[in-house]
Amino acid sequence: MKELALDDIEALAVGAWILGTGGGGSPYLGLLNMRRHYAEGRRVSLMSPLDLAAEDWVAVVSNMGAPLVGQERLADSRNIARTVEIQEGLLGTKFRAVMPLEIGGGNGIQPLMAAAHLGLPVVDADTMGRAYPEAQMTSVAVGDLRPYPCVLYDPRGIEAVVTKVPSWKWMERVSRRICVELGSIASTCKAPRTGREVRDWGIHFTVTKAIALGRRVREAQRRHDDPVAAILDEGQGQPLFRGKVVDVARRTTEGYLRGRAAIEGLDEDRGSRLEIAFQNEWVVAWRDEAPIAMSPDLICVLDTVSGEAFGTETVGYGRRVSVVVLPAPSVFLTPKGLEHVGPRAFGYDLEYRSVFNESG
Amino acid sequence: MRRIGIDVGGTNTDAVLLDGGRVVRTIKTPTTSDVTTGILTALVELSRHPVGAIDGVVIGTTHFVNAVVQRRDLTRVAAVRIGLPASASLPPFCDWPEDLAVRVRGEVFMLEGGNDYDGRPIVAFDETGMRRVARRIRASSIRSVALASIFSPLDPGCEERARAILSEECPDANVTMSYHLGRIGLLERENAALLNAALIDLARATVDGFTAAISASGITAPLYLTQNDGTVMQAEMATALPVMSFASGATNSMRGAAFLSGLADAMVIDVGGTTTDVGELRRGFPREANSVVEVGGVRTLFRMPDLLSLGLGGGSVVEADPIAVGPKSVGYRLIDEGLVFGGRTLTATDVAVAAGIVRIGDGEAVSRLPRDLVGRALDKARAIIEDSVDRMKTDARELPLIAVGGAAFLVPDRVAGTSRVIHVPHGDCANAVGAAIAQISGETDQIYRDLSREEAIAAAEAQARERAVAAGGDPETLQTVDVEDMPLAYLPGNALRVRVRVAGEMASTAGQNGSSSVSQ
Repeated sequence: MKELALDDIEALAVGAWILGTGGGGSPYLGLLNMRRHYAEGRRVSLMSPLDLAAEDWVAVVSNMGAPLVGQERLADSRNIARTVEIQEGLLGTKFRAVMPLEIGGGNGIQPLMAAAHLGLPVVDADTMGRAYPEAQMTSVAVGDLRPYPCVLYDPRGIEAVVTKVPSWKWMERVSRRICVELGSIASTCKAPRTGREVRDWGIHFTVTKAIALGRRVREAQRRHDDPVAAILDEGQGQPLFRGKVVDVARRTTEGYLRGRAAIEGLDEDRGSRLEIAFQNEWVVAWRDEAPIAMSPDLICVLDTVSGEAFGTETVGYGRRVSVVVLPAPSVFLTPKGLEHVGPRAFGYDLEYRSVFNESG
Repeated sequence: MRRIGIDVGGTNTDAVLLDGGRVVRTIKTPTTSDVTTGILTALVELSRHPVGAIDGVVIGTTHFVNAVVQRRDLTRVAAVRIGLPASASLPPFCDWPEDLAVRVRGEVFMLEGGNDYDGRPIVAFDETGMRRVARRIRASSIRSVALASIFSPLDPGCEERARAILSEECPDANVTMSYHLGRIGLLERENAALLNAALIDLARATVDGFTAAISASGITAPLYLTQNDGTVMQAEMATALPVMSFASGATNSMRGAAFLSGLADAMVIDVGGTTTDVGELRRGFPREANSVVEVGGVRTLFRMPDLLSLGLGGGSVVEADPIAVGPKSVGYRLIDEGLVFGGRTLTATDVAVAAGIVRIGDGEAVSRLPRDLVGRALDKARAIIEDSVDRMKTDARELPLIAVGGAAFLVPDRVAGTSRVIHVPHGDCANAVGAAIAQISGETDQIYRDLSREEAIAAAEAQARERAVAAGGDPETLQTVDVEDMPLAYLPGNALRVRVRVAGEMASTAGQNGSSSVSQ
C-alpha cells in the first residue's frame, strides 16, 4: 500500500490521457477534483492487485457518456462515490477497494475521486490498459466474467441498476440507452469483482504505468528534452510516424464518433501519408494504404513538441503530431481477446499484426 | 470611409489616418503610463494638418489583459453558478491561481438550474434562491456579478432570468453573462465571465479616458475598440465586455498586413523590438488557436489568433560564439544601447545596418564589424525565421510571407517554404492600420440535432448574421469567415456542433448624419 502524492496524480492525468489513445475524455476536471481533496487533507492510497485476498470485493468505476457533455456537467467525485455505495448495498457486503474500468482518459482518475470520499484504496490495475468505447471491450469480458449488475447514477437523484443481461454486448446496449436518457453522462459502478478475478483477469500495474509515463513527459518538458522520446522509452513503444495533420473527417454513427485522420509525413516520413481510423479511440493506422498498426496495440497521437496526447475530438488540421505505438496488454492478444478488441471487432476485415512482432 | 486607427502597445502608441483605403498619415509616440495621454498626443499630432470628417476612431489596446497579468485595477466579483445538482464539486474560481483569486473572489453562490445538451432543464431554475442571492449582493459592497449557467450557449434562459432578478433587486449591479463570452466548456466560459466582471470598473474608466482624449483632440467621431478576432465593438459594448479585446494587438498587426499587402491568404511575420509573432491569414483573418488559452494563469476559451512567438527582434542581442541572435534583447533601450545609437551592445539592428539592409542611426559605428560575423548573424536570423514560418504553416502550399513590424527589415527577401516575401509601406504601423480597418462580426456555437449538415450550418449562419447586425454590422457586406462542424461522440440522432463566424463592414452612421467633424 502506497499513499499517492499530489504530484503522482498530476503525472497520472498526463499519462492517462496518453493511454487514452485518443478517447476517454481529458482527465483535467478529475485532476481538479483531486487537487481540492488534497488541499482539504484527504489522501488516496494505491494497493497492488497481488495484495487482494481471493474473497475481497472490488468496485470497478467509470464515468460514461460524451466527453463534450462532461465539459459542462463537470466530473464530481461525490457522484462516483455514490455509485460505489449503491453497489455495496446490492452486494450486501463492503468493498475492499476501488479500481478503474479504463486507465485511459478521465476514467483513470475516477476511482481516486471515489476513494477520496470512501476512504478505500485504489487497486493498481484496470480492465483495458487503455481506453475502449464499449462495455465488452474489457479483460473481464474476455474472461467471460459476470457482466451485471451495473449501477448508473445521476445527481438529480436517479439511481438505475441493470440487474441482469445475457452478455456484455447487452450490457453495453442497455446501459448506453439509460446514459443517453440521463443527458449522455452518468457515473457508473460496473459489476463487482472478487480479489481472485482481479488477480486473474485485471490488467495489472496500469496506474503506476500511467504515472510513470506522465512523470517522464513532465520531466522532459521541464528540461526541454524530447517528450516523445521519453514516452517511447518509458512505454517500450515504437515510433510510427511523424507529420502534420492534413485532414480529419468525423461522423457519428450508432452514437459513436467515427472517422479518419490523415497525416502527411515530415522529416524521415516526408513523402508518406498515414491514415488512422477511429471509433472514439484510434483503431487502425495505414501507411500509404497498407495497414501497419491496429487495436489492441495502443496507437497514440501526440503533440510533437509537448508530448501531450490529442483526442479524436480535438485533433485538428495543421497539428504537428508524432504517432507512436505502445504494446497491448497480453490478455487481448489471445484469439478470444482479439474477438473482443481486434480489428474485426471494429469492422475492419484485417488479420491482427503487431508492430512489435515485426520489429522483434 | 475615413478612420483613425490607434494601437496602444507596450512601448509605442501608433496612430494612422486612413482615407478610402489609403494610409494618409502615421504617428508614433511613446505609450504613457496612463495610456490616455499617449493617445491624446498621437491624435493632436495627427490633427496638426486638418483630418476632415472622421467616421470612427478605432483603438486596439492590451490594457485589460495587462491588468490581469499584473494583478492591478481589478474589481471584486460575486460569482453565481446555475446548474446544481451538477458540477457541484468544482465551484467558481476552483482553477484560478490563488494570488489572482484573492483579489477577485468576493462571494460565490451556486443555485439549482441549467440545461442538458439536448435543451431539457437539468432541474427547474431556483428563482427564489436567486432572489435571495440578489438581496445579499445588494446588502454587500459588491456591484459586479458574473453569471454562468450549464449549457447556456445552447439556452441562455437561466442566465437571462437571473439577470432580470438582479436588476429588480439590485439595479446598480453590473452583470456579465457567460453566454455572451463563450463556447461549450463551463469552467473556461465561467472564467471568462469572472475576468470580465473583474475588469468592469477599469473598462469604464479606460473607455471614458479614451473618449475624453478624443474629444480633447477636437475630433468628434464614435469610438470603437478592436476585439481578439480582428473585428470591433462599439465603446459602450467594450465597457461591458472588456475581455473581448484581450489579444487585439497581434490580431491588428495581422489584419493590417493583409490590408497593406492586398493579400487575404498569406503567412505574416511581425518583427518587433524583442519578439516576433508568426501567424497565418485565412481569408484576411488570423487563423485562431483551437486550444485552451491561459490569461494570467486562468484557463479560458477566448477567440485568439494562433501565434508562434519567438525571441527575435530589432533589439535582439547578437553573440558571436556560438552564434546567437536573441532571445536576449535590449528591448526599448535599443535607442541607447545599440551600436548605431552610440551604445555598446551588438544587436540585430546593428548587424542589419552593417550589411546595408537598412539605414538607421550612425552607420559608421558598425563599419568595422567583421563581415563574417554579420553574415553568420543574418543567416542565424534567417534560420530562426524559416523554422518558425514552417512550423506555423498548415499545409505544404507555398504562401506569400508578409513582413511587418518595426524590425521587419530582419526578414530576408527569400524565405524557404514561402512563395515570396513582401515588405509593405507603413508596415511598422500595421497594428494601427489593422485597428483602422477592423470589421463587425457575429458568432454562434451550438449543437443541432436531426438536421442535415447543410441545414445545421445554414441555421448557424443565419444566427451569426443576426448577431453581427445587432452589433452594428452592415448586412450587405457580411461574409462567412469561419465554419467548423463536429459530430458529437456517443450521442445518437446525428448531433452536430456547429460554430460559424461572419464579419463585414460597420454600418456607416456617422457619415450619414454629418455629425463627424474636426475643429482645430
